[in-house]
Amino acid sequence: MGEDVLELWSLVKGLAVTGTFFFSRQVTVHYPRAVVDNLATFRGPIELSPDPEDSMRPLCIACMTCASTCPAGAISVIRKKAPKAEGGKDDEKEVARNAPKVPEKYLYDYTLCCQCGLCAENCPKGAIRFSGNPFTASPDKKDFTFDLLMKFERNKD
Amino acid sequence: MSFAAIVWLKMIVAVVATALFVAVSVIFLVYLERKVAGHVQRRPGPFEVGPHGILQTFADAVKLLSKQPLKPDGADPILFWLAPIAAFAPALLLLMPVPFGPVLTGLEVNPGILLILSFSGMNVLALCLAGWGSNNKWALLGAARSVAQAVGYEIPLLLAVLAVTFTSGTLNLSEMTANQGPYPWRWNIVLQPLAFCIFFICAVAETNRNPFDLPEAESELTAGFHTEYSGMGFGLFFLAEYTNMIVVCSVCTSLFLGGWQGPFLPGFWWFLAKMYVLLLVMMWFRWTFPRLRFDQLLNLNWKWLLPLSLVNLVITVLAVSLF
Repeated sequence: MGEDVLELWSLVKGLAVTGTFFFSRQVTVHYPRAVVDNLATFRGPIELSPDPEDSMRPLCIACMTCASTCPAGAISVIRKKAPKAEGGKDDEKEVARNAPKVPEKYLYDYTLCCQCGLCAENCPKGAIRFSGNPFTASPDKKDFTFDLLMKFERNKD
Repeated sequence: MSFAAIVWLKMIVAVVATALFVAVSVIFLVYLERKVAGHVQRRPGPFEVGPHGILQTFADAVKLLSKQPLKPDGADPILFWLAPIAAFAPALLLLMPVPFGPVLTGLEVNPGILLILSFSGMNVLALCLAGWGSNNKWALLGAARSVAQAVGYEIPLLLAVLAVTFTSGTLNLSEMTANQGPYPWRWNIVLQPLAFCIFFICAVAETNRNPFDLPEAESELTAGFHTEYSGMGFGLFFLAEYTNMIVVCSVCTSLFLGGWQGPFLPGFWWFLAKMYVLLLVMMWFRWTFPRLRFDQLLNLNWKWLLPLSLVNLVITVLAVSLF
């Protein structure tokens, strides 16, 4: 009997909770007209950080650490070729040693990426970071394979 | 014009006006329900169709109207289509004896409340037909639940109404309203607070609303008795549910809350305001309380509401006969 009355009181308490919620501020963000304010914390597709001295160049040295650590195999880096060697075998070795430590292409497949952050953690130059860009919707799967160097190409124009 | 012609004309006008009132109210109530649900959960509710989503219900109605009505294999062809019509048809009749204003009553009959209570039983029959005719186990279970629930909750509801009729000495809703005064301390709710609570709880149960929506418990019975209905078949059940809400709230208003009586404003607006407050409370209940288990539902009825309403009735009878 007493327990039943207590349960009745809990119904009143429940009504009070929903009643207060009814009049309190809404937490929904009306998406196309407004966005949430913590976008920076979002792990979007990865991007290359620019060199602090020359913002036209990425910090990347094409060492392939990211490509080999990536558990999903989402990254493939193509290193820039050295100019053709003139003369003998020694010259070729010399040329390979002097080849520029810059990527030619940095291919990244966002559909494979699991945002684990191992690439960014293991990069010796700290050249990889998460972009925090949530606006990556597309009807075509191919749109999610980017060359991360395109950003720098666009800056050059 | 002869007297009969005037009576007929009045009937037709009353039916058309009630149908219009019901249609507009249901459209508004569906919108209101979704807005209340949203705000209780700190969401905006419907927002995109029209400013603040006010056209959402129209979009839903168009969707329901344009969908194909399907009948499952093995369903009873007559009963299956009879059920949604039987659910909605009495709903208009139920609003006829309700006094919306001092003279605004569709059908002035002496046993008005009796008419409403007897025809509201049709709703259970409709749910029963829908459950039986669908050839679906969920629908049948829902129908069985709705019968057990309706049979149980009709009794305390009737006893609560009986207590009020003893104090006011009439079954005519207009006279009952006229016996009460414009201010709250002269309403029947002051004389019969327990009867009001019992009536309101039973009304929520009779309209199959949360927390008593066992006949259509989504988590157990998909959609209960209307599982197999698409398009306007479902639409009519939906319409009937909201019309029944309007009916029980307007009856509750006339019985306990002084009906159209109120200061300053014309009677109709007072009636509408009180009715909508009750409807809002019903929605508030729906989005607060979880669904009862079946044994809890029956225990609440037979162990609490029925004895309480009997005690209330006995006290009322003693008080009326002694003073």
